[in-house]
Amino acid sequence: MSIKLNLHTTPSVPLEAEVITPQRFAGLSNEEIAALPVQHGNESARLGDFFTVSGSANGEIRLEGDLRLVKMIGQGMSSGRIVISGDVGMHLGAIMSGGEIVVEGNVTDWAGAEMLGGRIQIQGQAGHGLGCGYRGSRIGMRGGQIFVWGNAGSETGGAMRGGLIAIGGNSGDFTGVNMRAGTIIALGEIGWRSGASMLRGSIVTMQPARILPTFGYACTYQPNFLRFYLLHLRKMGLPVSDEQVNGYYQRYSGDSIELNRGEILVFAG
Amino acid sequence: MRIQTTEIVDTFAEAFKMWAARVIITAATPQWAMAAAQSMTGFATSIIGCKCEAGIENEIPADETPDGRPGVSVLLFAMNAEGVGKRLVERVGQCVMTCPTTSCFNGLPEAPETVVVGGQLRYFGDGYQISKVLNGRRFWRIPVMEGEFVVEESFGVQPAIGGGNLLILGPDVPAALRATEAAVEAMRTVNGIILPFPGGVVRSGSKTSSRYKFLFASTNDAYCPTLRAFAPETHVPPEAGCVLEIVIDGLDMDVTAESMRRGIQAAAAQEAMQISAGNYGGTLGQYHIRLHDLLMETTDEH
Repeated sequence: MSIKLNLHTTPSVPLEAEVITPQRFAGLSNEEIAALPVQHGNESARLGDFFTVSGSANGEIRLEGDLRLVKMIGQGMSSGRIVISGDVGMHLGAIMSGGEIVVEGNVTDWAGAEMLGGRIQIQGQAGHGLGCGYRGSRIGMRGGQIFVWGNAGSETGGAMRGGLIAIGGNSGDFTGVNMRAGTIIALGEIGWRSGASMLRGSIVTMQPARILPTFGYACTYQPNFLRFYLLHLRKMGLPVSDEQVNGYYQRYSGDSIELNRGEILVFAG
Repeated sequence: MRIQTTEIVDTFAEAFKMWAARVIITAATPQWAMAAAQSMTGFATSIIGCKCEAGIENEIPADETPDGRPGVSVLLFAMNAEGVGKRLVERVGQCVMTCPTTSCFNGLPEAPETVVVGGQLRYFGDGYQISKVLNGRRFWRIPVMEGEFVVEESFGVQPAIGGGNLLILGPDVPAALRATEAAVEAMRTVNGIILPFPGGVVRSGSKTSSRYKFLFASTNDAYCPTLRAFAPETHVPPEAGCVLEIVIDGLDMDVTAESMRRGIQAAAAQEAMQISAGNYGGTLGQYHIRLHDLLMETTDEH
């Protein structure tokens, strides 16, 4: 049986709850979990001031309620599983290194920021800075996988250096900005100036894209590596078609103002 | 022991510890995957002369391969893990990377040890190679004139068994071939094994000595029908005119034994005169596979 956290008092200002991780809950009684510290605006508070704690710890945490103002859930988690019924606030799973987070709703900004490993599944929409590096940081997501069934905001995968971000819908402007390595696949469109200043890495889109002039067209071909990425996406439940798996892609190399070793692959049918 | 008219000699096959890797080759069509697999497993009949033993395990339908394309599974055996690694780099580099549309994947991801293959071949990309990591497995995209060759960084290697064998005796070549071909077909229904010789069959079985100092293996005179009258020792009955051998390498003893059992039964069904096995008196190989034991065991399906 998993630990259940039911929101009984909606915070009036953002609630920073980075204590909500399976490893932090491990070995604690429900009373001890309720006593864990959280930050409510500029005031210290207890987790139990906002959540009713029930169930027993088995490595899984289930959250229910309007969590849009609850931030940092799963931040730094290294193992276990968090399942969130509904929408959730900023910094979800940031810097996490293992385990899995499943969101049966939408997330706001900075989900999976500077993530190191593990997996985040977002069944709704994602905000800005998905898997991105924080301001002033040179490196964003380094490993792990993020799956979004809906759209994602701008700067998805910014400064990313490893891992996989898969977007079922559209990805916003500056997707993969400053990207170092890794893979971003959008089954919909990618926004304006995607790949700007990227050094290496792959950005894939299934829709026509406006490519920066600092990217050069290389060829139209069937990238074999993409086949097993797309089959993996399909296995995870994203709607990947046979045409996309077997199809041809236009390859653009860039960003030529940097190393020129990155690529944008645009589905060509 | 007899199966109908076939005598099963009370002897054993002497097999050896080896190390093995499984290579999954995929391509745009089954024909190109097979072309690469055949090239990779060429000149790999015997560790004595070829540095490794390799063969085609089976064809794999597209929906069971890592990239959803038709594939072929190849097993490669050598005396140690390092040897497997060296041979893989040579053969994947020369026979798979060169073949149009192919990709190459590790078929033993759970193996206890790994050898670096794609991580060596990547240098062919001359700095243009691209690394991709998915689910903890690293792949290399090496640019080639046709597009890109995708090869996995490391391949799993595991302890295995080489040199299992059957000797099938018949009154003449057609009869011995008939029984041996049936045995080969039956043995290949077991996954995890290869029969590395041409068509699965070797006619020039060897012993591990020679009267010539520069040679450490020579013809197995005890099983040469033409030498029966004057060789120092013969195992060829007077009515036998042909002996054919099937050598089998397997990923473990279970699959090796099961394959041999099926081979014996299939050869007997074709009225092989006698079925025996090659050994060195039990002094060299770590495994002794007794033919009578195989037929008395109830084995699981493989």
